[in-house]
Amino acid sequence: MKKLIALVGLLLLVQVVNAQTLRFTAIPDQSTARLMTRFGKVADYLSGELGIEVEYIPVKTYSASVTAFKNNHVQMAWFGGLSGVQVHLAVPGSVAIAQGKEDTEFRSYFIAHSSTGLQRSNEFPHEIRSRTFTFGSKGSTSGRLMPEYFIRQHFKEAPRKVFKRVGFSGDHSRTLALVQSGSYQVGALNFKVWEREVKAGNVDTSQVRVIWQTPPYPNYNWTVRGDVVERFGRDFIERTQRALLDMNEKDLLESFPRSKFIPANNSMYKPILDTAIHIGIIRE
Amino acid sequence: MVLGAVTPNLMVLYDFRHAILSTVTFAFCGISLGICLGTVFAFLFRYNVVRLFCAFIRAIHEIFWAFILLPVVGLNPICGILAIGIPYSGIFGKVYAEIIQEANQRPLQGLPAKTNRISKILYGVLPVIYEDIKNYTSYRFESALRSSAVLGFIGLPTLGFHLEIAFREGMYSEVSALLYGFYLIIASLRFWVKPRFVIGYLAGSIILISKEISLSLENALRFFTHEILPWPMRKNGILDGTNELSFEFQELWEWAAGLFATDGLEGLWQTTVLTQIVLATTGILTLLSFPAISHHFIRTRLWRQLGHLILIVCRTTPEYILAYVFVQLLGPSMLPAIIAITLHNFAILSFLTGGNANLLKLRADAPRKRINCYLYEVLPRVYSQFQAFLFYRWEVMMRESAILGLLGIYTLGFFVDSSISDAQMDKAMFLIILTACLNMGIDSISQLVRKRLKVSIKLTTAC
Repeated sequence: MKKLIALVGLLLLVQVVNAQTLRFTAIPDQSTARLMTRFGKVADYLSGELGIEVEYIPVKTYSASVTAFKNNHVQMAWFGGLSGVQVHLAVPGSVAIAQGKEDTEFRSYFIAHSSTGLQRSNEFPHEIRSRTFTFGSKGSTSGRLMPEYFIRQHFKEAPRKVFKRVGFSGDHSRTLALVQSGSYQVGALNFKVWEREVKAGNVDTSQVRVIWQTPPYPNYNWTVRGDVVERFGRDFIERTQRALLDMNEKDLLESFPRSKFIPANNSMYKPILDTAIHIGIIRE
Repeated sequence: MVLGAVTPNLMVLYDFRHAILSTVTFAFCGISLGICLGTVFAFLFRYNVVRLFCAFIRAIHEIFWAFILLPVVGLNPICGILAIGIPYSGIFGKVYAEIIQEANQRPLQGLPAKTNRISKILYGVLPVIYEDIKNYTSYRFESALRSSAVLGFIGLPTLGFHLEIAFREGMYSEVSALLYGFYLIIASLRFWVKPRFVIGYLAGSIILISKEISLSLENALRFFTHEILPWPMRKNGILDGTNELSFEFQELWEWAAGLFATDGLEGLWQTTVLTQIVLATTGILTLLSFPAISHHFIRTRLWRQLGHLILIVCRTTPEYILAYVFVQLLGPSMLPAIIAITLHNFAILSFLTGGNANLLKLRADAPRKRINCYLYEVLPRVYSQFQAFLFYRWEVMMRESAILGLLGIYTLGFFVDSSISDAQMDKAMFLIILTACLNMGIDSISQLVRKRLKVSIKLTTAC
């Protein structure tokens, strides 16, 4: 019993020691290495602005980022539309405070390997039926939720019925690589990732091309837990929001890539919530 | 990739020293927990409840345990330690109990009549079984290291974490360095893991990780009393905001039946198909390959040693990592999974069967021609042992088949992973329990088959 008390005491001590560190995570929408450099810099920036220690906790899955937030293991996170909505429901008081300027009108691109002969069009490409298709991560908004929504809308069937084979590559960079190599004929990914990779010269446009872009929808956001005010002070949410909106170092913003951050709130993501309910990811 | 394999960037091992350290500490703490609980289970093993409980906890793969534990304890060392410790305690419980049962009874009978229970165990049982227990446990430590490394793939800070990054980024020199580092740890085990050092290592491990632990009772409670309960029970409470639970048998039944009919059935089917394919391919490959390490067939020592080396590499690389590599190479389908599970298991079986073959003394008039010698002399004599080994691995193959669903094959792991990423823990739990039931079913069939084959195998070498 004494040992148990000592253990509990030790655990409490550990908690107290860590109390002044703000931890945040981000959905792993790209390879962990890239995220670790990007968010390492963000942590330094926020630490300077807020005057407390800020630490980035890398995770490997979308669900782990949601869980870490729910469990107060992290107090803030860079979420996608879907993961954001999931935590807004699960953690009362959590609020979206900022989003990228581009996140109000986010899009997914459908891309195809050149051997399919599919060309870019403004109409939904019905010819993708019976081909092989890869989403990104199962928990991704632009790599899974919205593409699946439009596929269901146009084919009136679940993706697994529509396509010969359906895969989940894990993240956007891999979706691009898999379609470019021909492992999958068609795929859907985050348009920002596509544009950045094209700009960086990582895309062989003779092998893979965009064939359709989805209508716009709201996506990524910074969300904080409501109870941070108890730990870091009453105006902490406003200060954090300010710090994010004031972020103007070019290489920092470009690593996201966003041109700047603008204010956000939970209600902006209502369309995402409705879609998730419609597909059955969020139950009603 | 080949270039990367021959140009390992060994410098990264220094950068990843924390990952290497946590791989070892997780394995140490996990297996210690497994030994403690397993010993208790072993002495209570005559009770059916304990027996069933052990079967159940070991039927769930370490990665599934990590999935279940992640929301309860958070992303910290405790998650990794419990994920290893819980299933291993089930395994130890069973194996220790069997070792005790098969132990020589004579020392026990030699003790004075009034000897109390504890003395009986200390003087009559432990000394007899110590050697077997030690061998088996140290073998298991090796697999605990494998489990620990693989847990990195789902986000714990072990070797797998960096291995996955290195693969993703195509940094194959780092990949090979990490893998070689891992082989080195396993190969050097017998030099630094000795019974007298274990306590010291364990204490060191606990001190190391205790810095990073934080637990919250609230999270655990919420998880067990809410999140894993079937949706129909929580639905009304969530919709009207009270979070109260309701119980409606009809709805609950429909929920379970619906889940079983969709994800459950397909997952079960695909898992079973994959398991049976690898059971067959492993069997065939083993029969073809075991002569490679047998002196009846390969007379040059050097070649036999080469054969051994290949088997050791295949056996030491965790299935999950093999499968991950083959998915990158061949794209997601059942093929990578088949190759990975087959390679890992055939290496173990071939080693055991080849070892058995080496024990045979052939008669002087045995056929000279190797093919005849194989077919008429060696194979008939090792075959029933081989079968017993193969069936012993059956449930292990099934556990792996299910877990490889995480890589995109539609086995049960795929549907568990989908439910978790949709934040529907109740569905995930239902499917994990279904997986466990399939595993327990296969385990009991395998036991029946082995009983009918009437071959007992020495456990310390077989698993």
